[in-house]
Amino acid sequence: MARPGPVMAPARTAGGDGPLVVADGVQKYFPLRRGLFGGGAGDYLRGVDGVSFVIPQGSSLGIAGESGCGKTTLARLLLRLLSPTAGRIRFGGTDLSTIDGSALLAFRRQAQLMVQNPYEAINPRFTIGRALMEPLIIHKIGAREDRLDRVIASLTQVNLHPAEAFLEKFPHQLSGGQLQRVGLARALMVDPIFLVADEPVSMLDVSVRAGVLNLMKATTRSRRLTTVYISHDLSLVRYVCDTTMIMYLGTVAEIGPTDVVLTHPKHPYTQLLLAAAPVPDPTYPVPEIAATEQVPTPIGPAQGCPFKDRCPHVMPVCHTTTPPLVFVGPRHQAACHLYEATH
Amino acid sequence: MALLAVEDLRVEYRTSRGAAHAVDGVTLEVREGEVLGLVGESGCGKTTLGRAIIRVLPRNAGIVAGRIIFDGADLAALPEPEMARYRWREIAMVPQAAMDSLDPVYRLGDQFNEVLMITGGQSRAAAQARALELCDLVGLDRRRLAAYPHELSGGMRQRAAIALALALRPRLVLADEPVTALDVVVQHHILRKLRQLRAELSLSVVLITHDISVIAQTCDRMAVMYAGKIVEVGPTVDVFARPRHPYMMGLQNSFPNLLRPQETLIPIEGAPPDLLAPPPGCRFAPRCPFAVDRCVTDAPPLRELERGRWAACHRAEEAGELRVQAQEAQGWRVPAL
Amino acid sequence: MRNGSVQALPRPRTPGVGIFGRAWESFWGILHHDRFALVGICIYVLFILVAVAAPAIAPYDPQQTITKGDDLMANQPPGPPFLLGTTNVGRDIFSQLVHGARPALTVGFTAAFFVALIGTIVGIVAGFYGGWVDAVLMRLADVAFGIPFLPLVIVLVAFLGPSLWNIVLTMALLLWKDTARVVRAQVLSIRERGFVESARVLGASPLRLMLVHIAPNVLPLALLYGSLAIGWAILTEAAVSFLGFGDPTRISWGFMLNDAYISQALSSGQFNWFVPPGICIMLVVMAGYFISRGYEELLFPRLRRQ
Repeated sequence: MARPGPVMAPARTAGGDGPLVVADGVQKYFPLRRGLFGGGAGDYLRGVDGVSFVIPQGSSLGIAGESGCGKTTLARLLLRLLSPTAGRIRFGGTDLSTIDGSALLAFRRQAQLMVQNPYEAINPRFTIGRALMEPLIIHKIGAREDRLDRVIASLTQVNLHPAEAFLEKFPHQLSGGQLQRVGLARALMVDPIFLVADEPVSMLDVSVRAGVLNLMKATTRSRRLTTVYISHDLSLVRYVCDTTMIMYLGTVAEIGPTDVVLTHPKHPYTQLLLAAAPVPDPTYPVPEIAATEQVPTPIGPAQGCPFKDRCPHVMPVCHTTTPPLVFVGPRHQAACHLYEATH
Repeated sequence: MALLAVEDLRVEYRTSRGAAHAVDGVTLEVREGEVLGLVGESGCGKTTLGRAIIRVLPRNAGIVAGRIIFDGADLAALPEPEMARYRWREIAMVPQAAMDSLDPVYRLGDQFNEVLMITGGQSRAAAQARALELCDLVGLDRRRLAAYPHELSGGMRQRAAIALALALRPRLVLADEPVTALDVVVQHHILRKLRQLRAELSLSVVLITHDISVIAQTCDRMAVMYAGKIVEVGPTVDVFARPRHPYMMGLQNSFPNLLRPQETLIPIEGAPPDLLAPPPGCRFAPRCPFAVDRCVTDAPPLRELERGRWAACHRAEEAGELRVQAQEAQGWRVPAL
Repeated sequence: MRNGSVQALPRPRTPGVGIFGRAWESFWGILHHDRFALVGICIYVLFILVAVAAPAIAPYDPQQTITKGDDLMANQPPGPPFLLGTTNVGRDIFSQLVHGARPALTVGFTAAFFVALIGTIVGIVAGFYGGWVDAVLMRLADVAFGIPFLPLVIVLVAFLGPSLWNIVLTMALLLWKDTARVVRAQVLSIRERGFVESARVLGASPLRLMLVHIAPNVLPLALLYGSLAIGWAILTEAAVSFLGFGDPTRISWGFMLNDAYISQALSSGQFNWFVPPGICIMLVVMAGYFISRGYEELLFPRLRRQ
């Protein structure tokens, strides 16, 4: 099927492992209203504070961190729902902030989203069939007659059987798990090459999550889809993603192959997250955690390492200099002064 | 020693389409000084059970049968003025999304005072002293008493909600999803605090949640609930190591374990039955890979298999073999689906 | 793919947007729950029928001065053949009442339609775009809030001439503000919902987002405010006519009240003249509120009694 749009990513079957997405010093600051009594040149919230990474084609990246770390904002930046205040995001070699009009529409066909809340993912006024037609209508895909066939095929692909029975149903008649599958089907209708899944299973019942996760794993693998999973749950990231990026207060704390990052974490924050992560095994000895739970709010200019207030290994340099992202192993980086000397 | 004994409790919701049997014959006991976990997915009735015990059911719901024995009295049959003497003084609840249920227009300190002075009948001086004590108890900075709820983080508000529940020194606390909306580090601290409080105050806690890892970390004993019924009870360690009910086996299969990532997650296909018209036999049978004919026609009673170990499954004796089968995705194939 | 297998289900038709299907179901559902809404609907239906069939129902022409032989049948008490008696110049009150339904309902529905339309469009555009668009539109609404309604109607009518349509025009110009405010508030919350964001990522243009995704979801609210506006419009028309600025070519209920007042019907005790039009106005406005109350339950199910 001919894909519109001139300047976009290399074809999926081109075999190359080149990066699909390159983030370079991406920053997103949100202006805060001036304080009641004047309050300086306008304070700002550091949503994403200088993030750089690369997503190779066909890989699955998990972006994990606690609330407020900037992962949701970063997801929106990757999909050009927000524009960065500084830095650049390149998709297939093109700077996202330079595209407009038909090139933007072409991008929208290549990059898709799965939202967190399945109960709000689909317009309550649409039937499921109509909701799945929407991407076809917007991008003028297929002739009228075969659109219905495509919709039925997509429902079958996400294991909603029998597909015809779902066409006339409304979202409120479906369960969370079914709705999330419809969300995936809808994202795949345009045959994208990039998918961002924002906490895709956090609002689903536990026994249902596995089904959706397995489906996503299988589908993204068979279509060689480059995927980004946003999650606060490390066990999920470990199950699905080959690369993991840990974020803290808008910065990258650590990034690398999932198995390595989650078994040999180098950044003290990653170590904290792993120690605190609950495990479904009553015989597992729950470690003592000294760090406080108080996360500072990133307002105003950054100073030093964002983790300095809670880090058990804090040193004087951490208060003055922002740690750069350095290699601590093959394809494994951490932003921590502890490793600067050894790199 | 049983602090609370629920006997064959039935709670129904009256809806325009009939009566929904949210809690359908639940028998359970909570022992002195223990943390009992009540685990189940959405719609299984665990929240309804909690609210029935403390008698704060919504207007369209009601206890239709059964007893709730606490301290020799049947709470289910008590008229409201007498129940009010137990509520908050003997049994307290930290409701779901408690951090959002704090009154947004009053400072924390005022909300503490309200509970202590009005429900507790204490003088203002005594109330203020007790409020400070409670802050220290739950690990909340005393200065936060002067703050409004929206000025506090989720973790702080949850601690405040726990403190409010403990205000009048109850013997039993029902905590409904106390850590669900919180970040992992906060969750860790609050769960640890709950266990600490249990030890310091000889408190009993019923921890209601859908997250089995929270149960694993915090609870001494656990009860698994499905479609309005209890399907398995036992010490946490044993239930995890040797589950006797297929639903518990299924839950373990579908739960990702950070320490064992190689295992393929196996979902439980299908959905819970409609509580308006539950099937006559075992409620889990339609989704159970081990169901036999008997399961569809006869509802299995909750029976004691060994000392302290209960399960509602006709095939509980074969649990050992079923467990092995359940480990494989092939083994977890439901015939009908 | 499909031809080979035996299909139990027939090939379905192209699925559509379910606005009307769902609205219809809920419409009848509400009537089941809410007796008041049912009463309201019945009153509307009754008056609509009366308005449509006015020439057939009214025994006389409402403007006609009736004479019996040489005598002018003025100030006749109620009794056959004048069901409600006659005015001081011999016109049949009952016929006037029946014909009065037409301007009332015409103005009511037309004005309400435009108010709802303008208010909804402004509300959606302001809520969707935010920023300076929102600021400008809401300041316009503030201006509309500040202008005293009836005096402006009178002034405009004085300038443009006292016709029914000028009254409708004025109402449309001023009354949209409430609907706009409310619709905007709802759009602000709908805008954040997952399906709107998804539609954006799918590539929907702003116009498409507003028309196809957001508008159907604010429709119930717009209809609610529209039905409230019907009552307002009718009252306004009555007030304007009562004050003597109404359309003299049409007998409306307000006109009847004005007529009665001028002819001192109150002091002469001619209740049959001024009470019926007052009751009619009251009934129609009340019906509008009853229906809108039923709609409230549609919008906010928590208000429903279980």
